[in-house]
Amino acid sequence: MLWLDALIQGVLLGGMFAQYALGRALMFGVMRIVNTSHGDLVILLGMIGISFATKYSVGPFVSLLMLVPLAAFTGWALQRAILNRVVGDDPLPSLIATFGLSIALQNLMLQIWSADTRSMPGGGIEQASFQLGPLFIGVLPVIVLVVATGLTTGLYLLLRFTRFGRALRASSADVEAAAMTGVNPKVIYGLATAIAVGILGFAAVFQGLRSTIAPSDGPFQLIYAFEAVIIGGMGSIWGAFIGSMVLGISQGIGFHINPGVGILAGHRVFLLVLALRPQGIFGRA
Amino acid sequence: MVQAGVAIVPEGRRLFAGMSVEDNLRVAIDHADRKGDWTLARVYALFPILAEKRNQPVQSLSGGQQQMVAIGRALLNKPRVLLCDEISLGLAPKVIREIYAALPEIRAAGTAMVLVEQDVGLAKSASDRLYCMLEGRVTLTGASADISRDAIQAAYFGASHAVA
Repeated sequence: MLWLDALIQGVLLGGMFAQYALGRALMFGVMRIVNTSHGDLVILLGMIGISFATKYSVGPFVSLLMLVPLAAFTGWALQRAILNRVVGDDPLPSLIATFGLSIALQNLMLQIWSADTRSMPGGGIEQASFQLGPLFIGVLPVIVLVVATGLTTGLYLLLRFTRFGRALRASSADVEAAAMTGVNPKVIYGLATAIAVGILGFAAVFQGLRSTIAPSDGPFQLIYAFEAVIIGGMGSIWGAFIGSMVLGISQGIGFHINPGVGILAGHRVFLLVLALRPQGIFGRA
Repeated sequence: MVQAGVAIVPEGRRLFAGMSVEDNLRVAIDHADRKGDWTLARVYALFPILAEKRNQPVQSLSGGQQQMVAIGRALLNKPRVLLCDEISLGLAPKVIREIYAALPEIRAAGTAMVLVEQDVGLAKSASDRLYCMLEGRVTLTGASADISRDAIQAAYFGASHAVA
């Protein structure tokens, strides 16, 4: 039963990772932009959300309504102002540009919010739980998982069946040919990054609710998102979701064996996937 | 370019790898902002093999079938003028004949075509007018039926045109 508990906690943790990994899957997996500031954007949005929620005493739902549009706009502006200049076959320019942005964001956040850890006031939802047989399950992690599943389904359908989705996949495959066919890749990329960072708005609120955040936490979130996308397979939206589950379950079981090896267990599974199936679970060789 | 009514079948096809045949064609339909006669059904009627493989990823198709997708994609942009850059490049003679057999139907639909072609016989038989270009200048022009092979040869290699 303890193992079942570890498994369930792992899946719930995977729901949190999935919210980071989805935006990552869209930018890194589909658009081939290495956004090193991905984790710092989550923390920045979380900090803004916490300040907003504290100042105006609003609940998490209102914070979400405020933060997601702000996140989407941030993503759009980031793509139009910076990333569209460095996007191309070579991933290095985008990596360097966003690495610089990552350092700038971390220091900006230290200036504004200091190095203290903060968390988002949730009005009790962060401690609520229910009993399922012998197990106690947190309400918040279940909400996180449900939202993550909904976002994954929505993003998958958007990419697969809409005009925007086809235009984005076409631009990623051959940007010049897409332009010749009438697509405006700069507009499409702007929208795609708006969606990717918009999803981080969800991640920011939930991360702020379920634990504490500090300005220097970004790179950790980045690593988990990176690992989830690679475990699942580049370019696959459901792959990123399943990769997040694999990572979450590995950590859950790791924590259960020994609280000191939980995170390490996740990294080990990631290395194992790299060694045995480098294209990822859903990736094509 | 698409808005101006010009569509291009690029050299080397440049299809959207990883997407199905139908999704490749749909990208063009999505972004054609002129009205025109070309529809998905009509492209499938022109190249029936594409209807059969509509859900397969384009990179699994043969070179000739990929060229058909590239032509179909350009047509679905609903152009007034279709630019075809070396559509016979790297294809087997049988496949080239199949593709060229579709061109009269495209012309009959009222779409003007500019073919860039290295096979002189093919270019002559598929076109109304023919232009020979040498180092960026037109050295010979006329109705395709009236121009002899010798004249074309002279236009490229003849002594009458001094090449520096």
